Parts: sequence; structure tokens; C-alpha cells
Amino acid sequence: MTSALRVVAPGLMTTLQDLGRAGYQHLGIPVSGALDAVALRAANAVVGNPPGMGALEIAYQGPTLVVEADSVRLAFAGGAAAIDVLDGATAAGGMRVPPFQSVHLRRGQALRVGALSGSVVGYLAAEGGFEAAPALGSQSTYVRAGLGGFEGRALQAADSLPLRQSRAEEREERRLPSLDLALPGRFRVVLGPQDDHFSERGRRTLLGSTFTVSAASDRMGMRLRGPALEHCKSGNIVSDGIAPGSIQVPGNGLPIVLLADRQTTGGYPKIATVIAADLPRLGRLAPGAEVAFEAVSVEAAEAAHRQYAAMLAAFSGQVVAVVAAPIIDEDALRAANLVSGVISAHDPRWEPP
Amino acid sequence: MEASPDMTPARLLPCGDTALAVELGDRVDRRVSALVLALAERLRAAAVAGVVEAVPTFRSLLIHYDPLTVSQAELKERLAPLLSGLRAADSSGRHWRIPVCYHEIVAPDLAEVAGRTGLSAAQVVEAHSAVTYHVYMMGFLPGHPYMGDLPSELVLPRRDSPRTVVPAGSVSIATTLTAVYPLESPGGWHLIGRTPALLWDRRRERPTMLAAGDHVRFQPVSLGEHETLAARSAAGEWRLEPESGLKDHSAGVRTQA
Repeated sequence: MTSALRVVAPGLMTTLQDLGRAGYQHLGIPVSGALDAVALRAANAVVGNPPGMGALEIAYQGPTLVVEADSVRLAFAGGAAAIDVLDGATAAGGMRVPPFQSVHLRRGQALRVGALSGSVVGYLAAEGGFEAAPALGSQSTYVRAGLGGFEGRALQAADSLPLRQSRAEEREERRLPSLDLALPGRFRVVLGPQDDHFSERGRRTLLGSTFTVSAASDRMGMRLRGPALEHCKSGNIVSDGIAPGSIQVPGNGLPIVLLADRQTTGGYPKIATVIAADLPRLGRLAPGAEVAFEAVSVEAAEAAHRQYAAMLAAFSGQVVAVVAAPIIDEDALRAANLVSGVISAHDPRWEPP
Repeated sequence: MEASPDMTPARLLPCGDTALAVELGDRVDRRVSALVLALAERLRAAAVAGVVEAVPTFRSLLIHYDPLTVSQAELKERLAPLLSGLRAADSSGRHWRIPVCYHEIVAPDLAEVAGRTGLSAAQVVEAHSAVTYHVYMMGFLPGHPYMGDLPSELVLPRRDSPRTVVPAGSVSIATTLTAVYPLESPGGWHLIGRTPALLWDRRRERPTMLAAGDHVRFQPVSLGEHETLAARSAAGEWRLEPESGLKDHSAGVRTQA
């Protein structure tokens, strides 16, 4: 029997995503992948997966899933939603597991990821990952062309999501203690490639104004409301390539930041590009959130990228075991003489291997 | 940067910290396109560490790279010798003959195009299928080609109001270009026919059909032939193969696994 998670309720927009399918943009195929690659890596780190393994990207409202495997280890990262473990798919109550912490579930147990707050996306990772044939080297779902993921679409009720592992490893649960999901005051951009299509006033408007995330935003692009950016040339260009984080500005002057499912090419001038280190945080913004930008040099963006990469690389070392008892009264333990056998690296009687 | 006899000096435009645009012209132009494709070819051969992929467009090449492996300043240095003496690539893509049904049932704008160009519908079809088009670039949708140049008598601006739904396989024209919608999508070009060939087929290991640098000729077919081929396409029993060609550009310039 296949090990799987069965979908009772799919959530608002739940898709399988990894770090995306680079290498096919010259054929018009978007990269896709996690909107918040930091939270994806965090979820994978907690269950012991490689950082870029495919996980369920949950937008706004999470799914309810039933375990149809001997056991499974899961972790959710991103936003402030928790995993509620239910004894049956419809039962309320049960255990609540905080984000950034793994949980071990047995066959027949159900879990529900509730409404997200603090971020519009989060990731539910399964130890060992999901069994979905990669399309062009990636499990990422690109719904528009039916590519990747589970049948190229968002989850639906009654779907069965095959797991690669039939049971969870026998080990303690783990968590990632601190992850800074705070939003920056200003998102950093590098001006260009078509900043010369905008007047001095248009560039000042970009860098000196506060914009609001529009509800008409999706995985492809984040539309911003606010003052219009003044073009000084036509509102169209001869179509060229689009980078992640490109800020394109159509004739109406309202900027659109292009995200994971961005088209590979486009014909609107692009005034600036959000730097890679700030893109995951941008992906967390809900409609109504305020956004401001500041310009940095390419060199500063590259320095920020190195810091960002170091932060991601540190995840696996920051994962710690969850202490079984939530409160440890050390005095009581000493009084009970239960800690006398504790060993330490400084203990001359103990020689590390 | 030394300009070769074939080109105006390249403009290197930063696109954040993970992409760099190399602009070789400012218009839709076969000579500029040939330079862009030649640069893509040189970049592929040079296998520059850190280059993830490169996307050729009408007049520029967008290079996506990993800044942890190569900085933008270093990438610019690596590009200098590739740009020096760059010459238009030989026309070396694959040749395709794409069946197109121009019957009014699948060509909702054919009559209007005929009216606006002062031609008969038959003359529009004849003009559209009489020339070999160059695939300038792929974009907008997976497998969507921008091809040119249209015979001058067919040049029209885009439709005033775009359609919200254009069926997959629709053959379109606007400005100096022609294209095929690979997927159902919104669209603002004039629809003058339909092809049974699948320019996007997610069942295939390589779902796209065309690539930049390919050559395309349209072959008029009857509604009956179209319907037969469309049914066989859908069933996975027929797919269009290229006629010939020296080089398959669809592999791209990806240098990293």
C-alpha cells in the first residue's frame, strides 16, 4: 500500500514547491518554486531533509490531511500558523504543535494547518519528501501550464499525496529556535535595467513613497497601489528577459514586482529589481501591507546575498532537539539526585570518541 | 569594450544581483537577433562558472547567474572577450513546417484582417504562408514563439481590446510578428488560424516544440485535416517533427546541473 497524506480539505491554494526549475527560461518556461525560500528551507531543516526538497506551499489557509502511512514526521514553517493534530479528520481539539517544530503522526491521525498570520505563505515539509515525478528537474507546481507538483495543480479534496517514506525515523522531535521573519523597513533594489525610461520624478516616486500590496497579487506578481511612476519614454519596450524581483511598470505607472511564477520575458519597462536577499520577505506580504524601497549598489546587493546564504547555511546547525518535558525544574532534579550521572566534555572520567 | 564591425557597443544592464542583461540593439531586427543568438552560443561554449542560464530576446541576452560563484563585475570581465569580435550567427536552427487551418471557424479575425489590409481572406492566407519566419525568441508563455517578419501587407497594430480567452493553437499576427498560443490564455493579437501541432505538451519530457533561432513555414491545411491531426495530437499519436536543421538551440546555455 502506498504511503500517503490524504487531503480532506485542500486549503486556499496549496501547491508542491521546491527551489524551482532553472534552465528552461529560454523556452518560455518560468522558474516557479517557493515564494519564501527561507521558510521552505527552515521546514526542511526541521525534518532533516535537504534544504531544497519539495514541500507543500500553503497560502493564507492551510489544508487538513489524514496520515495514510505507518507514520510520518512533518513540520510547518512560516507565518504564525500551528499544526493541530486531530484524532480523526473532523474531530476538534487534540495537540497543537508550534511552527518550526516537527511532529510524529501515526496512521489515521489528521492534521490541520490553520489560517496563517504574519506571512501569507508557509511550508509543510514531510521527512523524506513527497513522491512526485520531477518535471524538467523540479517538483515545483506551475499551475498555469499544468507543470510539476501533483498533476500540475493545487491540491483538491480527496487527493492522495504519496510520501517517499512509509514511516518516520525513530528519533526525537526537533525545532528551529529562532527565525527572523520580521519584514524590513525598506526593500532593497538595484535600479535598472530600464530606469532611464522614467523621469527623475518617476525614480524619486519609487524610492520616496510607500506603496500598498494590492489584492490582485499572486505567485506571478505583486501589484502595488500608490502614486504612479512617471515614464519619460513610452510605456512599452521591445520585449526582453525578466529577472526575479523585477519591478515592471506598465503605462498606468503602478509597479508590479515579479515573483516566482513570473513570465520569462515582457514588454514593460523595468525600473528596478528587488535584491535576492529581500525577495523571500517580499513573498510573505499580505494584501494591504505597506512596501517602501531603497536603492543599493550591485556590490551592496552581493554582500547582502552572501549574508543571506550564510544565514540559510546555518539552519541545519541551529536545529535542536525538543525537550520532552516542557518545564524542567533543575532544583527538583538535583534534589532527586537524578542529574548526578550527567556527563560533560570537561568530565575527566569521560573520554569522547 | 571593443565593438566588432557587426555591432554597436553592447550595454550591460544590471537586473538585481542575479541577472545581467546584455543589450545589443534597440529594435526587432534580424541582424541584432543573430548577434544575440551568437552571443548565447559563445556563452554556452565558454561554460562560464556561475552562469545558470541565458535567455535570448529580440535585442538582448539576459544572463541569470549565481552571485556566490561569480560577481557581476567578474561576469562582465568574462563577457568582454565573448563580445569582442562578435558576429551574426549563421542561420542554423531547425526547420519546421507547421500545419495551419485558416478556416473561418478557427480564424475569428481573418475577415477583419482582410478588410483592414485591403486583401481577400485567401490573399491573407497566401501571404502568411508564403514566407519562412525566424523564431526571434520564446516568452510570454511556455513554448510561445515570437516570429517574424510578416509580409509588410499584413502588418497591423494589436487589437484595441484583448480577448480574455484565446484557444491553444491559435495562430496570431500583430505588428511585424506572428505567433502561436501554446496554451489557452488571454491575448491581444489577431487570430487568423489554428494549428493542430502542440507547441506545449506537458506529457512530453521536453514539453516545448520551438526554440529561438528555428525557422518556421506555415502549411495551409483543410478543416478536416486539422481536425484529424488535432485528435491524433490529443491522443498522443502524432507530433510534429522538424524537417531539418543544423542545430537544436532548445538545449539552452545552462552550464550547471
